[in-house]
Amino acid sequence: MTEYKHSVSLDVSKCKGCTHCLKRCPTEAIRIRNGKADINSEKCIDCGECIRVCPYKAKKAVYDPLETLNDYKYKIALPAPTLYGQFDNLDDIDFIIQGLHDMGFDDVYEVAKAAELVTEYTRQYLHRENLKKPVISSACPVIVRLISTRFPYLCENVMPILPPVEVAGKLAREKAMAEHPELAASDIGCFFISPCPAKVSYVKNSFAGEKSNVDEVLSVSDVYFKLVSYMNKIDSPKESCEAGMVGVGWAIAGGESTSVFNDRYLAADGIENVLRVLDQIDNSEFPELEFIELNACNGGCVGGVMTVANPYIAKARIQSLKRYLPVSPNTHGMKAEVPDYVMMPELEYQPTCPLSTNRKEAMRMMADIQEIRKDLPDLDCGSCGAPTCAAFAEDIVRGETCADECVVFMRQVFHDYIARHQARMAEEAEKRKNERS
Amino acid sequence: MSDEMIRFHFDVDGDDFSSAGAASVEVKKRLRQLGFSPDVIRRVAIAMYEGEINMVIHADGGTVEVEIGDDDITMILSDHGPGIANVELAMQEGYSTARDNIRSLGFGAGMGLPNMKKYTDDMKIETEIGVGTTVIMKVNV
Repeated sequence: MTEYKHSVSLDVSKCKGCTHCLKRCPTEAIRIRNGKADINSEKCIDCGECIRVCPYKAKKAVYDPLETLNDYKYKIALPAPTLYGQFDNLDDIDFIIQGLHDMGFDDVYEVAKAAELVTEYTRQYLHRENLKKPVISSACPVIVRLISTRFPYLCENVMPILPPVEVAGKLAREKAMAEHPELAASDIGCFFISPCPAKVSYVKNSFAGEKSNVDEVLSVSDVYFKLVSYMNKIDSPKESCEAGMVGVGWAIAGGESTSVFNDRYLAADGIENVLRVLDQIDNSEFPELEFIELNACNGGCVGGVMTVANPYIAKARIQSLKRYLPVSPNTHGMKAEVPDYVMMPELEYQPTCPLSTNRKEAMRMMADIQEIRKDLPDLDCGSCGAPTCAAFAEDIVRGETCADECVVFMRQVFHDYIARHQARMAEEAEKRKNERS
Repeated sequence: MSDEMIRFHFDVDGDDFSSAGAASVEVKKRLRQLGFSPDVIRRVAIAMYEGEINMVIHADGGTVEVEIGDDDITMILSDHGPGIANVELAMQEGYSTARDNIRSLGFGAGMGLPNMKKYTDDMKIETEIGVGTTVIMKVNV
């Protein structure tokens, strides 16, 4: 397996080695070693929970800087619908699109527009025969990676349709090539304005099998601060917004599934909730469900860690922006079939960190873990650098740490030592007393 | 019995519906770490999940022992519930004695025991009215 490029990283100088991120990581990918957090890249799913909870801002999202705009002759902005929810008192998306042009982009291709196409393809896809139901949305890259590492049996349920950002990148590039035949492919830069680090990982790791159509990934927050000053200078923007209610609604949890027009759906958001749903779906059958939308962030994409606004305020703003938009202007008169270019290969199961590739060896290690666990206090305090006593026992057996790191165990050792020392002192005092008499 | 055998013990809490299925999730995690195939993991997880739910609905909880051997995985689910009056009837799809309040939660569809049988290679039920029930299931590796 090639090395997975992550978009969540650590500023070692700021990390104090506390246990906030350790305890919050849903895949137990973090350990504290030598007083600093250490992320296991095989286990990390780029959900950004550690960025959210770090009190010292030591965990950060990695994305491309605005300066990368200078690397391309023809620059296309691909704004995530979440961007629209960041602005106070905004009643017209045209201001954002005009602002992006004024900021230096040659073209703007709304991801919300591509989202409408994906919604239409999803409806068509659900009509196919012999599909393994419920079909799970492939839009949130955290969920896709979570399923591929942990839910082998659900890989087949993940919809093999490209997420809107990828479709937007492809269509935007084709449009640019058609309108500007003088441009070389390398002159065109597609810049996704992303709410979260997971989408950065998606692009950098070529999720879709081949190279992504997105070249650089900017953060909503970086773009926001620059864009807002350009937007303030606009009196009346050019009419240019092409997205409808359906596309813009993708920013909010439930937006994608409600627009599939099929009431047999489930939408869950927040990584802990999502895990519980996946565990349950994995264990039983749900004939009543056709479609499942899962978002790693609370509230959906508006809850991403690379945004500015409070997710619930952003959600309220998106709702009011949606009010006067047409329903789905990009799918009028569409042909009722899913084009090949939006299909991707079936998701592959990629197990992470088995104890050993040899079953006998793995069984022996598991037995050792059980033995060690008996002596651990089950406090899950995290002082040893592992999130739970169970994880600590596993780390010991894997040879990554030693039992002395357990403070409860060491306290007992210390008490025993003191007790022995005191007994010896008393014994010696008694001896001296006897010698004197 | 080979010395490679590993045993896990779980207590299933009868008061708490929301935690039913927790032991199954835990076993799934350990089987993954041991490198079992997705198919084996799923069969064990489903059979155990159904068993856990049954113990919560009918028997006020119980215990689960999971034994992982070289050739098979054995699950022993024991409870001190009311026992099963007619095992043959209980094995029929759609037959359930669950009360309405349980059904309103989406359980009690009468698929628990049939599914446990369907997903395992061997299943034995030992039951005595007023004493309790033990279900022993095996999944071949």
